[in-house]
Amino acid sequence: MTEARYDRAPGDRPSREMQASAPAPLFVYTTGLFLAVLLTATSFWAANTSLLWPGGVALGLAVLAIAQMGVHLVFFLHVTTGPESTNNVLALAFGVLIVFVVVAGSMWIMADMNQNMMMPSAESINLHMQH
Amino acid sequence: MNLLGKLDWSAIPLHEPIIMGATAFMVLVVLAVLGFITMKGAWLYLWREWLTSVDHKRIGVMYCVLALVMLLRGFSDAIMMRAQQAVAAGGAQGYLPPEHFDQIFSAHGTIMIFFMAMPFVVGLMNFAVPLQLGVRDVAFPTLNSVSFWLTASGALLINVSLAVGEFSKAGWWGYPPLSELQFSPGVGVDYYLWSLQISGLGTLLAGINFVTTILKMRAPGMSYMRMPVFCWTALATNLLIVAAFPVLTAVLAMLLLDRYLGFHFFTNDAGGNQMLYANLFWVWGHPEVYILVLPAFGIFSEVVPTFSGKPLFGYRSMVAATMAICILSFLVWLHHFFTMGASANVNGFFGVMSMIIALPTGAKVFNWLFTMYGGRVRFSVPVLWSIGFMITFVIGGMTGVLQAVPPADFQLHNSVFLIAHFHNVIIGGVVFGVMAGYNYWFPKAFGFALDERWGRAAFWCWFVGFYLAFMPLYLLGLMGMTRRMQHYDDLSWQPWLLLAMVGTVVILAGILCQVVQLVVSIRNRDRLRVTGDPWNGRTLEWATASPPPAWNFAVQPRVAGRDALWSSKQRALATKDEPPERVYEPIEMPKNSATGFVTAFFAVVIGFAMIWHIWWMAGLGVFGAFVTLLAFAFRRRSETEVPAEQIARLDRAYQAGAAV
Amino acid sequence: MNISVAIDSAPQDALPSASEAGPAPKRIVVAYGFWIFLLSDIVMFSALFASYAVLVHATAGGPTGAQLFNQVTVAIETACLLVSSYTCGLMSLAINSRRYLRTYFGALITFALGAAFLTLEIREFASMIAIGATPERSAFLSAFFTLVGCHGLHVTLGLIWLAVMMVQVAVMGFDATVQRRLLCFSLFWHALDIVWVGLFTVVYLMGVSP
Repeated sequence: MTEARYDRAPGDRPSREMQASAPAPLFVYTTGLFLAVLLTATSFWAANTSLLWPGGVALGLAVLAIAQMGVHLVFFLHVTTGPESTNNVLALAFGVLIVFVVVAGSMWIMADMNQNMMMPSAESINLHMQH
Repeated sequence: MNLLGKLDWSAIPLHEPIIMGATAFMVLVVLAVLGFITMKGAWLYLWREWLTSVDHKRIGVMYCVLALVMLLRGFSDAIMMRAQQAVAAGGAQGYLPPEHFDQIFSAHGTIMIFFMAMPFVVGLMNFAVPLQLGVRDVAFPTLNSVSFWLTASGALLINVSLAVGEFSKAGWWGYPPLSELQFSPGVGVDYYLWSLQISGLGTLLAGINFVTTILKMRAPGMSYMRMPVFCWTALATNLLIVAAFPVLTAVLAMLLLDRYLGFHFFTNDAGGNQMLYANLFWVWGHPEVYILVLPAFGIFSEVVPTFSGKPLFGYRSMVAATMAICILSFLVWLHHFFTMGASANVNGFFGVMSMIIALPTGAKVFNWLFTMYGGRVRFSVPVLWSIGFMITFVIGGMTGVLQAVPPADFQLHNSVFLIAHFHNVIIGGVVFGVMAGYNYWFPKAFGFALDERWGRAAFWCWFVGFYLAFMPLYLLGLMGMTRRMQHYDDLSWQPWLLLAMVGTVVILAGILCQVVQLVVSIRNRDRLRVTGDPWNGRTLEWATASPPPAWNFAVQPRVAGRDALWSSKQRALATKDEPPERVYEPIEMPKNSATGFVTAFFAVVIGFAMIWHIWWMAGLGVFGAFVTLLAFAFRRRSETEVPAEQIARLDRAYQAGAAV
Repeated sequence: MNISVAIDSAPQDALPSASEAGPAPKRIVVAYGFWIFLLSDIVMFSALFASYAVLVHATAGGPTGAQLFNQVTVAIETACLLVSSYTCGLMSLAINSRRYLRTYFGALITFALGAAFLTLEIREFASMIAIGATPERSAFLSAFFTLVGCHGLHVTLGLIWLAVMMVQVAVMGFDATVQRRLLCFSLFWHALDIVWVGLFTVVYLMGVSP
């Protein structure tokens, strides 16, 4: 457990001094599990339902995935926005920024290049390259 | 099933006289060094005090020694290339056949970036950051040792490639499809890949170590805005290391999978996409150059105020500029491949970002200039390097912004204009910076200063030599000369290449001056002895003895403002009271550990085995590394206690010498 | 007068702010360092994700994701990993209250669930290879096997780590060092589940949805 301090190790729960009305730890983990199960089940449903248009499916899955990650961060890793967790949140934000730049940037650049290099469609390449 | 994989006696290139000559020289030097150590009976001392040390100061020195040694290796590649290009004009073929020339330019880039510049900046950060922060060591001292030894392992593998096998011919980036198995069936690319994966892991661990140290371990009272600027640039650098090196690990791993297991990430067939490699490589590659230059900016931010006798102008804007560069450096990477197929929208975005990133650096240059203005500047050797940097780096930066304009870059990409630009900024920025830092902190590390005269000579040779060697390349690039040419037909290029060769020889003279400087300084060290504060410094490292004791500070410093030492000195001069008697307490210091050295041994085993397809040896190496980790995990005592009397005795002796 | 002494008797502000409090305790330093390492690991995964996203349609005439992926298997794998994250959390509670039997029990369940996840994944890989959907078949399959396989490799290393940690608990008790390492392990294990969320969403669910 951490002492009352200005900052908290990531993964440690807020100490009693920082958060006097903190819920019982077991309750926090169980709520997290329940929410995660709910979100995961919804993801599987969204991937298989015909109620959403295809673009909506992808968007919905993305939103649900981010929500699940959020549940993990808050309920299992105790990453909160309190002043004692600022360094942890800042590091996380930096990581998220880099992930976004790498993935989105690469996808944008590669899609642009693939289009410009006038590659024949995937099927005709496949016909040429059977082995 | 061959027990030694692909390895047999034909791996030693006996038919290549130049390579065998270089190998023989390397082996002789190694034997001479080993013999010297044996003669002095210094093996036990070396093992106990240096090889198993987890002290950041010792590790920093070892990094710098590695860098200086690899500078000689990388520079010999450079002078060989210049000599080849000086003669291989018209129909002449020169003295280096293409297969050898290709290995030389690949080795030159790889060595200079990964095994000269990186270790030098990491070494200087290692040495100075904990001292400047007012703490005893970094967050993870044993991990620090592991980082150094992994870097050294990578360097060892590259040097082995000279004697056993070959090196990569695919340039220092290793673009597919040339680097794929189909077109590079030999072991050269494998040496490149394994060497970089191993040292890359070491660098990543160092990045984690320093981010944690700077954010979580500073002296009491040292808030973020009271940290020296070198620590801010170290923070930005190590954040970039943590963010960028994993991408390099991933992309090199994908190429390894292509080569070893027949995957199709970047192959010509089955859907592979070569531009994906270029894209991911440069996602790492651009932050990498900022990893190299930001510590140099930090060094100048220490040297210039110290030798101007003035606080740094615009501290806040320096910090803001540094962190802005940290973020922006991740948003420009496509400018390394403007010409390789992206549309105008993509090129335009990255072109604009590349121009924007010049702004924070410009702000820094103004801050350094304004720091000097109105100060009483002492033109010491570090200041010469700083002024040389300001002129040279600005020119290099301008040619960079020029190439940030995609239409201009379409003319200049992969010409020697580009070569001139990046050498302009790397030599003018990084090399001049580490040379300034080397001269600045050498007295602190060893207790005696470097010879001034030879230092000046070295600077002038480097400065003049650089311009002679690289300004012609700007002209040649505009005249149409491409990079990496083993021979060329246009005779009008030759005079410029001869001039470049002359410049390289002048730089060689500069390097020799530095070697002489070191030898002379060691010989005259008694005459060159210094106190803890030879430069009238402003930051906390100058408050310790030279060299500092293992625990850095006898009593934890407490900081009340920026330029912590300077304000304390002013306060002491003003009050003229006797300071209160110090209370010494025993200090817990981390124990030395062989973990780093042994891990490196197994890393070399794994790397060499994988390169030559000796699978059982690789397996043994992995097992050995795992056992080493377990041995570290289960050790009973990780710290020793230094008794208060020992601390008191050394501190009182230092203070008696330091008292005004 | 003596200048060097002055640096440790500087006048202090009345209330030092958070960033002036001096070096943090070891638990925070170690956990934060590990947190930074995890972020670097996630950046590495993002490079593999980016490669997958670029190569997902490069099937070279071979099988696509929709033809290969079995949602039932993925659902069971997800359940195993998610519940193992929960049991890891329970194990953390037991460690903080220094209860040996609960710690070993929590570790055992976590290990079993992680091993179940790996077994299912290896079986999935084996069945794909058996029908010719090998990583050498196409760039898409190379990217798939590398991305999902890298996560599986991390899970494997995590299980080895967990086993070693239980030996450490048995040998060294709930020593401060051991507690710090177990805190790092739980960070690692939760992060692996976070990466899996991204994986099953992007690779499997988006791969099979129309």
